[in-house]
Amino acid sequence: MSDITLAVKGLRKTIGRRTIIKDLSFELKRGEVFGFLGPNGAGKTTTIRMLVGLIKPTSGSIHICGLDITKHFTRAMRHLGCIVENPELYPYLSGMDNLRHFAVMLSGIGQKRIDEVVRLVGMQERIGDKVSTYSLGMRQRLGIAQALLGRPDVLILDEPTNGLDPSGIREMRAFIRTLAEEEGLTVLVSSHLLHEIQLMCDRVAIMSKGEIVRVDTVQALLASEERLVWKLQPLDAGKEALGQLTRILGEEDERLITAYSAGEAGEWNRRLVEEGIAVLEMNRKLPALEDLFLELTGGESID
Amino acid sequence: MINLVHNEMMKLVGKRRFLIISAIIVVLLSLFTYAQARQSESIRERLGTDDWRTGLQQRIVDWQNRLSSAGQWREQLQIQIEQSQYYLDHDINPSEPGAPSFIRGFVENSAELFLPLMVMIIAVDIVSSERSVGTIKLLLTRPVSRFRILLSKYIALVLSVSLVLFIFGLLSYVIAAVMFGGKGWSAPVLTGFAVRGGELDLSGVRLVSQWQFILQQFGLAWFISLVVGTLSFMLSILMRSSAAGMGTMLACLISGAILSNMVSSWESAKYLFMVNLGLMDYLSGSAPPIEGMTLGFSLTVLAAWMAGALAVSFGVFIRKDIY
Repeated sequence: MSDITLAVKGLRKTIGRRTIIKDLSFELKRGEVFGFLGPNGAGKTTTIRMLVGLIKPTSGSIHICGLDITKHFTRAMRHLGCIVENPELYPYLSGMDNLRHFAVMLSGIGQKRIDEVVRLVGMQERIGDKVSTYSLGMRQRLGIAQALLGRPDVLILDEPTNGLDPSGIREMRAFIRTLAEEEGLTVLVSSHLLHEIQLMCDRVAIMSKGEIVRVDTVQALLASEERLVWKLQPLDAGKEALGQLTRILGEEDERLITAYSAGEAGEWNRRLVEEGIAVLEMNRKLPALEDLFLELTGGESID
Repeated sequence: MINLVHNEMMKLVGKRRFLIISAIIVVLLSLFTYAQARQSESIRERLGTDDWRTGLQQRIVDWQNRLSSAGQWREQLQIQIEQSQYYLDHDINPSEPGAPSFIRGFVENSAELFLPLMVMIIAVDIVSSERSVGTIKLLLTRPVSRFRILLSKYIALVLSVSLVLFIFGLLSYVIAAVMFGGKGWSAPVLTGFAVRGGELDLSGVRLVSQWQFILQQFGLAWFISLVVGTLSFMLSILMRSSAAGMGTMLACLISGAILSNMVSSWESAKYLFMVNLGLMDYLSGSAPPIEGMTLGFSLTVLAAWMAGALAVSFGVFIRKDIY
């Protein structure tokens, strides 16, 4: 089997005359955590719902482990585990009955596997209680247990840290990393928390207005946008001198911003000093994904 | 497939649906048996005798007195009088005291509205509740086709209809037996009365045992409930909210009860499902709402509506985008 577990090609969804998803294409590899990032209304949820078969694409194809989900829906779904939005389970059944209910719908999943996932998410003590008595965090964990029941190759989680407390978020992050690194799962997460994605994902797709603006590894995205922030005195002379050396990208609080270049930064500094300009501060700045995001989506609001 | 149906039944039991329905039936039954007991007591007091012939004769006289002021009910009343007269002439007690007679009357009165209502409690949110809670997203992302998921839900509905009818029958026998005694299964009942051109036609009348008659009643009640259940099932798919589905279905049932009394001159109304729900009337021999309607006709119309509802249900459910 190839290393590509989820392949999306030319995915498009039109409702009426409005095209809400425009030609998405991306591929996910085994053992990778992939992040989906975008402001409200960018089409993250619609895309995820198409991936899991809840919405039929207008055109384009989705392959899970090589199986087209429109042609071989049931076979493709055997490789997929998911939580779409909140993990909604039957509140009037116990956690165990919920898991049994979903296990029945997968072939060859017995009580042994159920006990295994319950242990995996640490729910042994409360599993016999009704779901209506669970906290949001426990529901989230039960939701993950449910998604893992069928030993999926691809796990799709929409907002997995929603409603968790800080320690729960850290736990969840570690858990997702473990799944990818040790079990070799492909995990696709969407989140509105940018630093979440930054901490958890290997690669990120940034979506805006139904399109993927950019797909890259988190490191590459951040590195390409590394900045050098200068504080020079006197400012005007410094600005002119620096402008001859490299392009000035911006000015903020009497500080000048240029691109960072490991090879040339030292040279720039020497030349400025030679021209009698005092370099008071010289900071290399790794941008947060947030800045990058705002830049790429043209300042659309993030929730 | 059996597993999927088991899942659906587990959810219905988890929602305590059968418990609620049983409770409603018990409360209603207690009311009715008590009312019935009081009524027969007062009749006995008034007539000063236990003999059913005197009682029936008295009732016929009452009806005859009302004939002149009956208006549009005149025809119905006339037929009722003739029927009772026929029972009297053949020396057959139309309501042999005991639980079976009570069940017979109770089923006849509840088949058109009460039992379908109970079934609606189950059917109307069998799909829409999954949507409003959001569990439909988990259900439809399993490696099971949408067709099989919906089929398992429908089979669960058919089982539930049967179960509700069974609970209904059992409870009414137990409660009525406590009040009136459990005897009378083999009492004779006349069936086959037909109404042609406003006249009672006695040519097809024959004698059956009460248990046979009740069995037929339950068969028809089951079918009526299934039809209403299937239509509610369709609404449950088309409408997001269970309350809206419930309201729509109730409006249909009630309009059916009203229409049946006023559509005698609007002939094409006989193709509406709600006008055809009065299957019990064919058994007892009251006049159908529209001249020329027969049991076979009504069964066919209802079956066609059911088939249509199922086609719409599956067609929509399989294609629908879930947002």
